[in-house]
Amino acid sequence: MSYKFDFAFLADKWPDFVAGAWLTIQLTILSIAFGFLLGTVCAVARVYGGPLLRRLVGAYVETIRNTPLLIQIFIVYFGFSSLGLKLSAEVSAVIALTVNMGAYTTEIMRAGIQSILRTQLEAADCLGLTRFQAILHVVLLPAMERVYPSLASQGVLLMLASSITSQISTEELTATANLVQSDTYRSFEVYMIVAVVYLVLSALYRLGFWAIGLVLFERRRRLGTPL
Amino acid sequence: MIQLSANHLLYLAEAARWTVLLSLIAFVGGAIVGLPIALMRVSKMALLRGLASGYIQLIQGTPLLIVLFLAYFGLGILGYKLVPLVAAGISLTIYAAAFLGEIWRGCIEAVPKTQWEASDCLGLNPVQQYAYVILPQAVRIAIPPTVGFMVQIVKNTSLASVIGFVELARAGQIVNNSTFEPFAIFTAVGVIYFVLCYPLSVAARTLERRAHVGR
Repeated sequence: MSYKFDFAFLADKWPDFVAGAWLTIQLTILSIAFGFLLGTVCAVARVYGGPLLRRLVGAYVETIRNTPLLIQIFIVYFGFSSLGLKLSAEVSAVIALTVNMGAYTTEIMRAGIQSILRTQLEAADCLGLTRFQAILHVVLLPAMERVYPSLASQGVLLMLASSITSQISTEELTATANLVQSDTYRSFEVYMIVAVVYLVLSALYRLGFWAIGLVLFERRRRLGTPL
Repeated sequence: MIQLSANHLLYLAEAARWTVLLSLIAFVGGAIVGLPIALMRVSKMALLRGLASGYIQLIQGTPLLIVLFLAYFGLGILGYKLVPLVAAGISLTIYAAAFLGEIWRGCIEAVPKTQWEASDCLGLNPVQQYAYVILPQAVRIAIPPTVGFMVQIVKNTSLASVIGFVELARAGQIVNNSTFEPFAIFTAVGVIYFVLCYPLSVAARTLERRAHVGR
């Protein structure tokens, strides 16, 4: 093997990588936040909704979980624009990632909600909480606390999956790599660098989720034990 | 403008066979590499444990798309011809091995400690312990999550389209380039993926439910 590694292009190109990574962070934080809200609402609908609503949410979850993200992104970006709804690559990316994250969050949160005993809701009734208050305070927060590790890893997986949005020319980290490698012909080096950046990002996201968990779940922090 | 016709759908269905083949390659390759990874992960030697967990962290912390590009261009550096099927097969194997290794580690650890102790008392050596006592029980626990993970493999083969391997997703793009009906085409592609994945999802859920009956 006589290949010589050459990272000299970094001197010129590092701002591109930083910009790409920044867009990746923006896209994924938006999608994780929206996806979490969507998934939580859907999970509540899936457990407490009427039969029709439950079925609709079920169909949504199964459709998204059994088709590739790549195709979902293509349908939002190319498909919708051919139907007359023109969206920019970034907006399409956030929509597709949100819908994807929402489906997985629904399943995770549903498991959490179902793990909360029915008696908790009855107790909330006795205390005179409204249905909304009961679901929010008595069901959702404890449910979220229980499934938080799964939610966090789903968030990290979504960040990694956002690399797929490079295929609709969203100029995030992977698309930046594609551009730089076609400029410099240093494909292997470029993708090695980007792999390292993704590794760092996933470590950062894990750290971030851990910190959010500390703030959000006071009881766990105080007692040092899970629910 | 060319209309989307039965021929196009036939072309997609034929490309779906490559998706299935690539999924099988990834699953078999992932299983062959993943089992040693899982065993290393529960090994008594810290070095083996560290190596396996380093590998898992590395692969689970980078997007499959980047692994795919690295395999594709890496093969070129090593002086091999850039065959998309080979590059896709290698990177999906690397990816599947990391996830299967982690799933199976959990399954091996889920076998009660007492089984190890009992087989120790019977004087079995470690190889016999694994072969006759631990793994047969771990396999039962492992089947539902493994089937569930196969759904991920099938879906992720769609990324092979990026390096020019003509499987289902790439075939969809090709048809789209001649008909310009992206909504209809990618919906059709999505339906085919759904048909491939949904039975696996249902099977995983059913197996899971059945596995819990005894408990």
